Amino acid sequence: MIRLLALAALLAAATCCAQERAIPLSQLRSGITFAGNDVRAMQNDDGANPGLLWVQQGETLWQTQGCSTCHGDARAAMKGVAARYPAYDATSRSVLDLDARIEQCRTTRQKAPAFGRESDELLSLAAYVAFQSRGMPYAVSIDGGARAAFDRGNAFYHERHGQMNLACTQCHDQNYGKRLLNETLSQGQPTAFPAYRLEWQGVGSLQRRIRACLFGVRAAMPAPGAPELTDVELYLAWRAQGLPLEAPGVRR
Amino acid sequence: MPDARISIPPKVNRNEPFEVRVQIRHPMETGYRTDDVGKSIPRNVIRAFTCRLDGDVVFSAQLSSGIAANPYLRYFAIAQSSGEMTFEWVDDAGVRGSERVAVTVA
Amino acid sequence: MASNAAMKPVRRRLLQATGAMLLIASRPLRAADVALPSIPSMAAWLAGRTPRFERIKLDLPSIADNGFAVPMKITVTGPFAPGPYVKSIRLFSETNPVPDMAAFEFLQPLERVEIDSRVRLAGTQQVVAIAEMTDGKLYASVHEVIVTLAGCMDGT
Repeated sequence: MIRLLALAALLAAATCCAQERAIPLSQLRSGITFAGNDVRAMQNDDGANPGLLWVQQGETLWQTQGCSTCHGDARAAMKGVAARYPAYDATSRSVLDLDARIEQCRTTRQKAPAFGRESDELLSLAAYVAFQSRGMPYAVSIDGGARAAFDRGNAFYHERHGQMNLACTQCHDQNYGKRLLNETLSQGQPTAFPAYRLEWQGVGSLQRRIRACLFGVRAAMPAPGAPELTDVELYLAWRAQGLPLEAPGVRR
Repeated sequence: MPDARISIPPKVNRNEPFEVRVQIRHPMETGYRTDDVGKSIPRNVIRAFTCRLDGDVVFSAQLSSGIAANPYLRYFAIAQSSGEMTFEWVDDAGVRGSERVAVTVA
Repeated sequence: MASNAAMKPVRRRLLQATGAMLLIASRPLRAADVALPSIPSMAAWLAGRTPRFERIKLDLPSIADNGFAVPMKITVTGPFAPGPYVKSIRLFSETNPVPDMAAFEFLQPLERVEIDSRVRLAGTQQVVAIAEMTDGKLYASVHEVIVTLAGCMDGT
């Protein structure tokens, strides 16, 4: 009996923070549900969604850059992959997001120079790979090697940042649905990314969006690819568990 | 390298307007932006867009910086018989792009 | 008691004024109310011609999600055949640095004339679409778009 209680306590302790969801799974909402009519129309219409221009380029790069040599047809090989990222990588013993995983393939296996974060090529390839998981639910693992990164991301999300001294949770857990100037605050879900953002006039990564938010609260932005950004990406992906990927999403 | 997505219906009826949708990957740089060291980014927009059906111009557009990046166009056209629709555009830097699609009249 | 009686007429007049203001605000704009905004290059192109405010409809959002890409739709209603058809449609901006936004030319006698695109608007302004028919007739439509700044500035 005492052993059972001890076991239960141990289990509870191990999973205590993982189960603390500010927004219950049943109430998760994609950013598209907070967007205006025009943005929603653009995302839902493949003939008008500009993000598909990047997906199309990614399809070409998949062939010309030799991804198909190892992976074959992306539609089969990459199905469901983006929904599992960020993920722990045993080779580098770190958590990699999709962009970092593509770069790792490129530099260590293809022995080719890296594309570079936020480069056209990397964004197009990431958009193409993520597109193969469009409509599939987020399902990342925060166990084992990913746990430390998850804990750091969780902490970052709940810390105050910047001159405005705001934590992500204050807007995106506690005040979503309310207005900030002319815009409605979303839950800050990652489902759209890589996304075509009207403000960027092009496709950008989730890391870029996180950096933009930090700029918004007047915090110093980590450089693209910085580990703290990957930590937050992992936390956001866990937080979005079950929400379907929309890549390429459209946001304002 | 200009990249575009064109879509027209797989089959169209003779002399009946059909929808043409075009998306071109292009920054449509206004010329009013500066880079992060303050240098002005020169204007580069797609100026002229031409749509031909079997060699004859059926639709054309003169665009400016007032058209959003990655320009999107949707318009209607008519065809009397099956043929080829070609699209051409050129920007301020002189870079040309083109696409072609087959038009099938039912 | 005395103070309540004194407030009543003031309150009544305030309600009447508010009601009147609401009535005026909700009155739909009639064709006679529409006027072309002052755009020098558009006036130069018109060269004294006066377009009629009918047959062409310029659709834009009242408030843009983002001024960088504002969805726009222009529709010209027929019937056209066998008479004059739409030769061109021009788009003018009131406050953009480049007021001549676009010119679309149709070389086919179309029964269905629609143009969809996305425009860039440098701030709140009026946008004008003018259709020219093969017989020279002009039809115009004006639309105001409010363009706000993003809630969170993006410096990436």
